[in-house]
Amino acid sequence: MIAVLLILVPLLTGFASFFIKNEKTVRSWALFSSLVTLGVSLTGLIWLKDPKYLSHTCEWLPALGSSFSVKLDGLGLLLTLLNAISFPVIFIATWNTPYRKANNFFALMLLGQAGMMGVFLAMDALLFYFFWELALIPMYFLCSQWGGEKRIAVTFKFFIYTFVGSLLMLIGILYLYNKTTSHSFSIQAFYDAGATLSAKQQNLVFWLMFIAFAIKMPIFPLHTWQPDTYEQAPTATTMALSGVMVKMGVFGVLRWLFPIVSGAAFQWGDFLTPLSIIGMIYASLIALRQDDMKRLIAYSSIAHIGLLSAGLFTQNTSGLQGVMIQMFSHGINIIGLWIVVEWIERKTGTRKLSQLGGLAQTAPSLAVFFVIIALANIALPLTNAFVGEFLIFNGILSSYTQYYLWFTVMAGICIILGAAYTLRMVRKAAYGNTNEITGAVTDISLSEKVALGIIVLLIFCIGVFPQPMLDLTSGVTESIANKFEVIRYPVVMPK
Amino acid sequence: MQNALQIVYLIPLLPLIGFLINGLGRNYLSKPVISLVGCGTILASFILSIWVFIQVRGGNTFDPHYFNFISVGKLVIPFAFKIDQLSSLFLLIITGVGFLIHVYSTSYMHEEKPEHFGRYFSYLNLFVFSMLLLVMGANFVILFIGWEGVGLCSYLLIGYWFKNTAYNKAASKAFIMNRIGDLAFLIAIFWLIAKLGTVSFSEVFAATNLAKLKTLDITVITILLFIGATGKSAQIPLYTWLPDAMAGPTPVSALIHAATMVTAGIYMIARSNVLYSMSHITMDIVAYTGLATALLAATIALKQNDIKKVLAYSTVSQLGFMFLALGTGAYVAAVFHVMTHAFFKALLFLGSGSVIHAMSGEQDIRYMGGLSKKLKITFITFLIGCIAIAGIPPFSGFFSKDAILLSAYIKSPVLYGIALFTAMLTAFYMFRLFFITFTGSFRGTEEQKHHLHESPAAMTIPLVILAVLSIIGGLVGVPEAIMHGGDKLTAFLSPVIAQHAEHTVAHSTEYMLMGLSTGLVIVMIIAAWFIFRNYQAKEATGLGKVLENKWYVDEIYDTLIVKPLKKLGSFLNDIFEKNVVDGMVNGVGKLVNYGSRQMRLLQSGQVGAYVLLMVLSMVVFFVIQFFIRK
Amino acid sequence: MPINYYIFLALALFSIGVAGVLTRRNAIIIFMCIELMLNAVNLLLVAFSKMHHLQMATTNAVAGTDGQLFVFFIMVVAAAEVSVGLAIIVMMYRNIHSVDVNFLNRLKH
Repeated sequence: MIAVLLILVPLLTGFASFFIKNEKTVRSWALFSSLVTLGVSLTGLIWLKDPKYLSHTCEWLPALGSSFSVKLDGLGLLLTLLNAISFPVIFIATWNTPYRKANNFFALMLLGQAGMMGVFLAMDALLFYFFWELALIPMYFLCSQWGGEKRIAVTFKFFIYTFVGSLLMLIGILYLYNKTTSHSFSIQAFYDAGATLSAKQQNLVFWLMFIAFAIKMPIFPLHTWQPDTYEQAPTATTMALSGVMVKMGVFGVLRWLFPIVSGAAFQWGDFLTPLSIIGMIYASLIALRQDDMKRLIAYSSIAHIGLLSAGLFTQNTSGLQGVMIQMFSHGINIIGLWIVVEWIERKTGTRKLSQLGGLAQTAPSLAVFFVIIALANIALPLTNAFVGEFLIFNGILSSYTQYYLWFTVMAGICIILGAAYTLRMVRKAAYGNTNEITGAVTDISLSEKVALGIIVLLIFCIGVFPQPMLDLTSGVTESIANKFEVIRYPVVMPK
Repeated sequence: MQNALQIVYLIPLLPLIGFLINGLGRNYLSKPVISLVGCGTILASFILSIWVFIQVRGGNTFDPHYFNFISVGKLVIPFAFKIDQLSSLFLLIITGVGFLIHVYSTSYMHEEKPEHFGRYFSYLNLFVFSMLLLVMGANFVILFIGWEGVGLCSYLLIGYWFKNTAYNKAASKAFIMNRIGDLAFLIAIFWLIAKLGTVSFSEVFAATNLAKLKTLDITVITILLFIGATGKSAQIPLYTWLPDAMAGPTPVSALIHAATMVTAGIYMIARSNVLYSMSHITMDIVAYTGLATALLAATIALKQNDIKKVLAYSTVSQLGFMFLALGTGAYVAAVFHVMTHAFFKALLFLGSGSVIHAMSGEQDIRYMGGLSKKLKITFITFLIGCIAIAGIPPFSGFFSKDAILLSAYIKSPVLYGIALFTAMLTAFYMFRLFFITFTGSFRGTEEQKHHLHESPAAMTIPLVILAVLSIIGGLVGVPEAIMHGGDKLTAFLSPVIAQHAEHTVAHSTEYMLMGLSTGLVIVMIIAAWFIFRNYQAKEATGLGKVLENKWYVDEIYDTLIVKPLKKLGSFLNDIFEKNVVDGMVNGVGKLVNYGSRQMRLLQSGQVGAYVLLMVLSMVVFFVIQFFIRK
Repeated sequence: MPINYYIFLALALFSIGVAGVLTRRNAIIIFMCIELMLNAVNLLLVAFSKMHHLQMATTNAVAGTDGQLFVFFIMVVAAAEVSVGLAIIVMMYRNIHSVDVNFLNRLKH
């Protein structure tokens, strides 16, 4: 019931939004809708112990063996909660941002939210694919209609890039579908089918699906759509993209890839961990030289996602648990950063660090929020990101790869580089003396204060008391980690 | 029955509350209220700390456990405190000296606008809070939280005057340098978790767990922790941030150098003394690094002209002494020196603040001179500080430095010789500073001369208190050779820092060493008097220029690390990303475009061509069908 | 008469047709060449059906008639094609005053 509502509320309100022509009304309507979704999501927390209301199954395409099957488990709840929190925050933060054809804009945003909800809830492979695309298409229109100057070329690239991945995933899904004994798309049938595959077939399925997820995350070297898209998309869309949508890739790995083809995933871990770490360092170094704040944050996000991916391939409890909480934290933090950037761009008309400076004098409240979120971005203890990074790094060091120490050290370099580029951004934007661009700026208004206040509150709450959030996903983590433990066991024995 | 120390959580909580009140209310509160909140919370913490200290002295230690910070799989990291002899001593130093610095700040910063005044005090409170968390934590992770917390506060306070770009850069530098150390610290924590599955002090240091560790593990862990300490406590190679940290307001420098932050490394190693004692390699590395830092910083201090820079390098040098003590196994001596150093370094910094205040912000000692007449209290207390740091009995610095020199002597006479030489340099550069500043004739502008005045009471009273402490502070650790049972500190800390049956030296040797060091120090002071009492500024040349430029270490780091990294970043951004990574992606698109353009040429529009193509394809199919597919 | 003669004749006719289509530019001649090819096929169909009929007549009285039938189909289709094709050619002549197919390359642009 809850799971269905989570999809239906944004979907139906989204369609309704197309017909609300008044801009003010449609804004309130979208905010109202997202708050209802948040309420539903929070209700889901109550029933976590007693999951009878959390799942729903009915017939969808019986001829194909596919059903409309949605379920809210710990992992799903974590991400739907992130999704549900993000959208009200986005709407509040961009309350004063004007949009052409606002009804279409908000309708598409809500449809995107519905698609992402579906991705996190689907327990049927075809349904998963359906929502995966449903989430992509509104984003395409949002970027191409409301984006920056180079939006057409960039959005085209974004769409083609992710769509290629999606198609590969579809091939993987169909391949697995043909391997299922009952010709069913249900997740359980896929898990069973995955277990019967030979090593070669597992590799095939792994790569078909992983490329889709890797593009979505994105992992180096498949990341080049991201900085361009983040730069060109309207900031509200960028928030949704980077805060929630990129988690779809990580989620896909956790929900579909690891349980189905754990053997291949284990084998390729040795290759993908260093790749992720190279990507982290690479993105951090590039972030160090960016002048455009949006691009800087985009590369910072790539570095953080690289850490998530490295955490995934530790394939142990600590690393995976770190990934779970880090997905949430990263979403919160990066939305916070985008809010700040959006505000700066709206007020000063520029995102170039070289043209900014001294905002701490003209907008002290903004500076405070900015510094706190920036510090969370570099995982200072007692902020939310520390818990995730700590667990992921711990996972990397205690992973069973031969080179774990080097991996940890190399990944750790990004802690230093992360501090360097984030503080550089703060220093250039907020500190120093004002100039003619930043001198006349007035401080943030109430709506931004509320949005940033929520972000900061979440940062500290999760940072100081991470345990409830960790408990939420511990069951899922354990089950995945156990799968790998079984594979790993014969490897460890000879010692 | 509840432990009498139940309320110990208030000690860090009060500064945190102060931080929140001042931080959130900085736009609404008036300066007196801000001062009251800022100082009051620390004073309350200080009083509680005294009470805790008395309790601990009575043998009552306490390990409260509040909640599980992180619990994943088998790994459990509780949010817990550890109140024992070592932490209670540090609590006293932090809150006590911290309180004096707070009081001093109310006057020193009174010209700031209220909102900045509030911001300043909130940072100070946060700083104290972080440091308290650091010393109270019952495991490495809580320690690390405080560890990063002080790094953050130093960043905020160094960059307090955020309009100045150079200050902001210094702040970033401090944070990033600390981060390098923090990374090593983190890896050490992970290593511990991987090997033992726990990070709490009581479990890690338990004999059963230590037995599980191989020598290699211990060496790696201790070295990594030590790298962490070099960042926080400003040792080679990560010391360069500390002198730059002078960008912050002077009381902040006092706080960083005396009560908080830089002593964290010493505390951490003293806390992990069990681990360190098990690895001789690490101990040697610690000792040599400490000694090298002490010597290097002392040579640089000889030629600095900024009053705060001299003090900063002297801190680096004194920290080197502390690490030397740690490396030679004299953990108590190191802690002792932390304590006495807190007194006299806070005194010196606050004194220099008083001088700068009187000089209307001038920090260059070449433009000072003859200040003794106008700033009587500052002059006397500064002199006491200089004597204490130089190590003349019975001032506090003598006892702690003597303990360190003795332990160096026991380890090797060579170490002792270099350490003694460094101690001589210390006396020389401190009195150089003292004589240039306070004696001779005034070299500043007329306006400055006219403006010269003694600081208000809120600044001088802390100076006097610290001066008294600098004089008598050493009496808690009088060596056995002088007074039987005089070394109360060692006895007090013995439950935490186990004393090994080390080599002892005959009392006669000890007397001789004391006499030697005292004599040489006095010689250096007299030499400084003759050279600098009528100081005239002149251009440095040769070695002096190298020293004035701090051996060009900053420039070397810049050339070897910062610039190549920036170059690499530019290369990746401008060339690699654009052409190679994105080039591959766009290449695929271009390939499709190119291919279709070529294919298009086949559609010539000539009927004949179509027919020919048709016939040829039919022939091809025919050939395939009948001759190839057999 | 052996079937081979018919096959060679049909092959020759067809080849002449192909060569004509490939080499000539006049649309009407191309048309005639196409007819030639169609008639080559017709000839073969008739010949084979007759041969088939002779072999199978004892068991099946109507064997091979389907081949003859196809010829009619082809002739009808060819007639229809000619009517449409000639109409196109006439239109073409009206437009460009030529029946040279090489001028008919508008599709390229």
